[in-house]
Formats: sequence, C-alpha cells, structure tokens
Amino acid sequence: MRSVRALAAVAALSLLAVPTTTFAGEGKQGGVLRMYHRDSPANASIHEGATYSINVPFMGVFNNLVIYDQHIAQNSPDTLRPELAESWAWVNDNKTLTFKLRQGVKWHDGKPFTSADVKCTFDMLMGKSQQKFRQNPRKAWYSEVNDISTNGDFEVSFNLKRPQPSLLALLASGYTPVYPCHVSPGDMRTNPIGTGPFKFVEFKANESIKLVRNPDYWKKGRPYLDGIEYTIIPNRSTAILAFVAGKFDMTFPTHITIPLLKDLKSQAPNAVCAVEPTNVSTNIIVNSTAAPFDNIDIRRAMAMALDRKSFISIMFEGQGDAGGTMLPAPAGLWAMPKEMLESIPGYGPDVNKNREEAKKLMQKAGYGPDKHLAVKVSTRNLAEYRDPAVILIDQLKSIYIDGELDVVETANWFPKVARKDYMLGLNLTGNAVDDPDQSFYENYSCGSERNYTNYCNKEIEKLFDVQSQETDVKKRKQLVWDIDKKLQEDVARPIIFHARAGTCWQPYVKGITIMSNSSYNGFRYEDVWLDK
Amino acid sequence: MFAYLVRRLFLMLVTLFGISVVIFFLLRIVPGNIVDILFAAAGYVDPADKANLEKELGIDQPLVVQYWHWISGFLRGDFGYSYVSEKPALQEILPRIPITARLAGLALLFSASIGIPLGVISAVKQGTKLDYTLRVISLSGLSLPSFWLGLLILTASVSMFGQMPIFNPNPKTFLEAFATYAVPAAAVGFRSAALTMRITRSSMLEVLRQDYIRTARAKGASDASVNYHHALKNAILPVITVIGIEAAFLIGGLIVTETVFNIPGVARFLVEAIRWRDYPIVQNLVMFIAVVVVFANFTVDMLYAVFDPRIRFTD
Repeated sequence: MRSVRALAAVAALSLLAVPTTTFAGEGKQGGVLRMYHRDSPANASIHEGATYSINVPFMGVFNNLVIYDQHIAQNSPDTLRPELAESWAWVNDNKTLTFKLRQGVKWHDGKPFTSADVKCTFDMLMGKSQQKFRQNPRKAWYSEVNDISTNGDFEVSFNLKRPQPSLLALLASGYTPVYPCHVSPGDMRTNPIGTGPFKFVEFKANESIKLVRNPDYWKKGRPYLDGIEYTIIPNRSTAILAFVAGKFDMTFPTHITIPLLKDLKSQAPNAVCAVEPTNVSTNIIVNSTAAPFDNIDIRRAMAMALDRKSFISIMFEGQGDAGGTMLPAPAGLWAMPKEMLESIPGYGPDVNKNREEAKKLMQKAGYGPDKHLAVKVSTRNLAEYRDPAVILIDQLKSIYIDGELDVVETANWFPKVARKDYMLGLNLTGNAVDDPDQSFYENYSCGSERNYTNYCNKEIEKLFDVQSQETDVKKRKQLVWDIDKKLQEDVARPIIFHARAGTCWQPYVKGITIMSNSSYNGFRYEDVWLDK
Repeated sequence: MFAYLVRRLFLMLVTLFGISVVIFFLLRIVPGNIVDILFAAAGYVDPADKANLEKELGIDQPLVVQYWHWISGFLRGDFGYSYVSEKPALQEILPRIPITARLAGLALLFSASIGIPLGVISAVKQGTKLDYTLRVISLSGLSLPSFWLGLLILTASVSMFGQMPIFNPNPKTFLEAFATYAVPAAAVGFRSAALTMRITRSSMLEVLRQDYIRTARAKGASDASVNYHHALKNAILPVITVIGIEAAFLIGGLIVTETVFNIPGVARFLVEAIRWRDYPIVQNLVMFIAVVVVFANFTVDMLYAVFDPRIRFTD
C-alpha cells in the first residue's frame, strides 16, 4: 500500500516534471527525419502486431494514457509519464486504476478525444467489443482487468480482479496506444488515425512510410520535425551503405549487429552510435512431452552444457549478456544478483566442470561416448536463429548429443511448435516491457498462447500471482528472483543469452534516446530535431 | 501465315490456361499461408482467430472454388485484394510495372548494344589479343552473380565518391531518371551482354566461314559490308532467340538487382508477396509475367519471318 502511495506520489511529481523533461526551447523546428526501415510491416495497426517493425514507424502517430519518459534509457516505474492521462491514482484497495484524461485533445481527423475512446480500445483488446481485431496478440495482458468504466468524458477507470501494479508498465508500452472509437480496426490497419505528434500520410508496402507533423498536437511546440520518412530497405548491406552515403539521418533502431557496427563506424566516423540490450533473449524450447527430453536428467544435462560466454563472444564480440528470464543488470530492473545466477546449475563460470556433471547425467540416462543421442535442433530460417543454433549443436557434442540442424520457414515455425513436432528448438523471445508480469505470464503460465513448450508448474503459477500483486518493489524483486531461478532449474526454457544491438544517427540528429531495457517503447520522436 | 497466326494464338491461350492452373496449385503446395505467417509474426496461434481470418480471406474454401473465384475474376478484370495491404491487387501491381519494365528494357538495350558489337568484333578479330580480352570479359560477366556485382558497384560508389546510386522515386530531369535506372540496368544487363556477345561471336564465326561470304569478299565488298551487311544479318537469328529467352530470364536477375538497389519494382514485390503467401498478388503477377513471356516468344517467332525470308509459315 505504501508503494502504491509512492507510485501515486511519483505520478504527481511527474506531472510537475513534464516541463523540465521536454527540453522546452532547445530544439529547432523543421526538417524531415529520413530513416530506413528493415522490412515492410504487415500493416499499420500497432495493436495487431507483435514486432517493432510496426512500433517504430507508427508509434509517433499515437499517444498512450501513460508513457515511459522518452529521454531516459531505462524504463522503470520512476520514468512513467502522463500522456493522454493527466494523472492517475490507485483506489479501492489497489483494485481500481483511475485516470483523469487530458482535455482538448483531437484525433487527426478533427474529432475530440474522450474517455469513450479509451474504453473502446481496451474493450477491444479484452475481446469484449462488437468490433474485433484480426489479431490480438496481447489480450492476455488484460486478464486481470474486469472492465473499464467511464465517469464523464474525461475520467476512466480500469477495474481489476486483484491488485496488479504492473498494469501501469503495460499501459506505458509502445504496444499500448489509444485508438479512436470511430475508426474501424480495418481502417486502422491501412490508414491509422491517432492523437500523436505525427499524422499518417501513406504506407506503400515494400517501399516507404511517410508521416507528417500534426500541427494541432496537444503538446504545444511539438513535434520539432516536419515529418518522418521511412524508406523500406530489407537488404541490410544496401541500407547501411545508404546511411554511410548520407541518404539517411538514422539507421533503423537496434538493427546494426556488433560486427557490422565496426564497419559502419570505420566508414562513417562521425556517426553517433549507441549499443543497448534489446530485451530479446535467445533460448531453447524443449519438447518435454516426448522422449528423450521427457527425461529431466537429459534436459538438465543439455542446459548444463551451455557455454554462454562462447555464444556471446562469437555472436556479439563479447557485447551480450548471460542471465535468466529477466533482462540482466545493469539495464534490466529485475535481474537476479550475479551470485544467485551463478548458483544455478550450468551458470557457474567453470564450463568444463558443468559439462562433467552434464556427462554424468547423460550416462545416468543411458548415453555415453559409445552411444550418442541423436536430436534435431529446429529453428526458423533467419540468421539470428540459425547462427546460435549451429553453435548450440556444436556445444551439445561435448555431452554425447549429436544435433542436426532443422531449418524451418517462418510460415511453418509456429504451427510446427504448436503441434509439438520438434525435439529441441532454438527460439527468440522479445519482451515488450521489462516487467515480470509480461514475461512470466506470457511465456511460462499454464495455457498461455505464447508458452510454446506448455511448461506448467502450478506452484510457480501461484508465485507468479504473489509477485504480481506485491506492491513493495523490494519484496517483489526477491520473489521475481526466486521464480526466475526456479524456472532455470526446471529447464523450462533455458536462456542462452540476451542480445545487444546498435543504432546510429548522423551527428546533427538530436533528441534520440535508445531504450536500454526494451525495443518497443522509445519511438514517439516528438522531441527529435535536426541541427542543420 | 494467317492460319499459323491463329494456331499460335490458340496455343498461347492453352498455354496460359495451363500456367494459371500450375501457378494456383503450386502456390497452395508451398507450406503455410498468409494466416500462418501473420500469426507467426505475432508469435502466437489462436485457432479461433486463425479460423476467422481464413474465412475472411476465403482461403478456407475448397481449392477448386478458390481457383474459380480467381480465374473468373481475372478474366473479368477483377484481380482481388492484397491480403497484406488490403488494397486492390491491381493498384499494388500497376505502379510497379513501369519501373521494372524500364529497368528490364534498359538492361536488354545494354545487353544488345554492348553484346552484339563486341561479339562481332571478337569474331572478326578471332585469335587476337582483343578477342581474348573480350572473351575474358564475357566469361566474367557470366560468372559474376548480379547481386554481387550490384553490391560491388554500391560499395565502390560510396567509398570512392561518397555517393550512392540508390533509387530516386521523383527524378527531376530525364538525365536524373536515366541515372536512376542506368547503373542497376548495367549490373543486371552485364550477364546478358556477356551471353549475347558469346552467342554473336560463335554465330558470326560460323557464318563467316560460309561460301557466300567468301564470294562477297571476292567481289570486292568492304570488310564492314561483309561483316555487318552479309554476315551479321544471317548470324543474328540465334542472337534474337537468346535475347528473347533472356527477356524472360531477366526477371530472376531483376529480383536481386531490385533488392540490392532498393528499386520498388514488381520483381522484388513478387518475392515479398511470395514470402507473405499473398495469393492475389502472386497469382496475378505471375500470370502477367507469363503473358509477357508467351507474347515475347510469339514476337520472336514472328521476327524470324521478318529476318529470314526463307521462313514463311505456310504449312
């Protein structure tokens, strides 16, 4: 309860803090930010997507109720800022989250923004409205929300089944914009209307996305830019060469791999580059419903054979992170302390010792130097999946497991995983926010659509709920660490590493902050300006 | 000649029908559909949502029904909607065709204007240093993949001139427009030029050994007259055939060239559409390409008659 009050206090303080964090008067008006886009997104509707290919170009079209401060790299409860909401408060024993909404805000088509729009958006996300999204990948985020109620045009309440402090974190994600009631989901896919700093102009598939300044933006003096133009260039070499040649002001965020970053810096020494964790973990999904991985000893042996440092050296020249489910520190807010992490079997620094223990487990299961276990390692036919899968196969050899790479086209990957047609799979898991609720419920909860392995541990499930309701951050952290440790010990989805990637921009581009614990929340770009 | 024309036109229609069937069913054999891909991108599978979307797009219907919907629509000029952009397929395809057509036309022009003269020179100067040099160049043209050549050109442009010949959608002058297409056309046309040169050379060598060439020389005709008037006119037939076939094969080269030079043409668009299993786009676009290829072959056959008076198609 004290923490909820503290949160409310932070919220109130943040209201006062807004003018100082928006760098009033610093920026220069005008200019169009030119950026390349790594691929052509399926559509323009953020709520129907689960890739930052949609967030990056379209986040600027919208506003959220609350948002993470766009100038602070690490998203945390302390960096939550009001946006379409002017303030918020937890009431009713922390089971109701009430927002006072900003007045005078207009949608890009001129209609006024009201609490009905908020209700419409979240009713649709919860599957309670007449209109439906074609896809609704984050429906589970609102599983603890009973309903949304409005009190007049400018007050809205989220009525929860139980306290869930994380709800604010989820609402602050770039994945949680408020949609207009009067525009259908179909139109939002092709011609999105928002309240944000930029208006949608056009989206030519495989070609370009254009946004233009919203002159009626509710935040006076913003945005600085006259517009943003994204040229879609799927070929990474072409895109980087074009940036080097000055055709673009900025690369696509976190699109530059560590080895490529060196090349880029050598060709464009003036470029400003940032390397940050992406909060995307590379992990192993294990089919524990069938032999041989129904044997916990073999699963444990496999997890203990991992040499995470080698993965990180080969793929990121050392610039990656080993950790559990939650993003490692210092970027990650909820990471286990190093000593605790190293106490988990397989995480100890002595790889040879770990592998000796793994070999004993394999021998116990009937395998050894004369009898190897043959497995298929399935993965998607994308470089970021294939490359670590090859290293994994090499490492498994050390404990009598002979892996064979099974490359699966993207279209067939999830159907294959869903029908349990795999033994081992190498998978990537992106986290929209650095928050335990999002990570635990989405990936490890019994029955979750994204719990690909169907890992289900009722005891841990109870702990998920306990941590989720805990309002004291310190106590919650301890709970989260214990859960994360248990998940690794259970070999629920062994985490190999957490990736880092680079973003570069020309020196005249100002006001860019690359988030350090999320790849989905930092693209409003209302404070970005061009110093030229 | 008229009977031949009618027969060829009838055969064209049968061929196009066969192609439509093959396109349609081959696409369905490829595992996964747009719904699988959309859900894969979203990282989850909800059977109810999937079923709704399949129903909305009509891909839950029997294949024969789906084929009938497509082909009857195609014949009526209704090309359906792109599954991905939800815009009319024609609206997506049409603006991209001129881009690729210009690129392909320039590439073929490059191929013919470079390949034929160099092939003639190489044949006439057989066994000289010039011949060997030209043969090495043509061999390298055949060996270098166009995407690699494209990347080399881009890298060289950036490192040497700090500029990049990337696609400009709004060129202000003709020269600017020409420059936008010239470099990628050269990259993709280099291989065709090399092939054209080799075919021209071997064909010319064969013709130059003919008796009537010797007769022409004996009658005092100039080298230029012998080479270009008497020899090339007769040696050109296989070259025309090859250029016709190359026009069809060019689409393969254009896919990578459009990707490397980021040109928003139909070739790259087709690959993206295949990746998304965007059936309306793929089916209609491949049919369009099939129509172009079939007509190109038809035109080549007709050109035979123009260039070789012995061919009259009277049977």
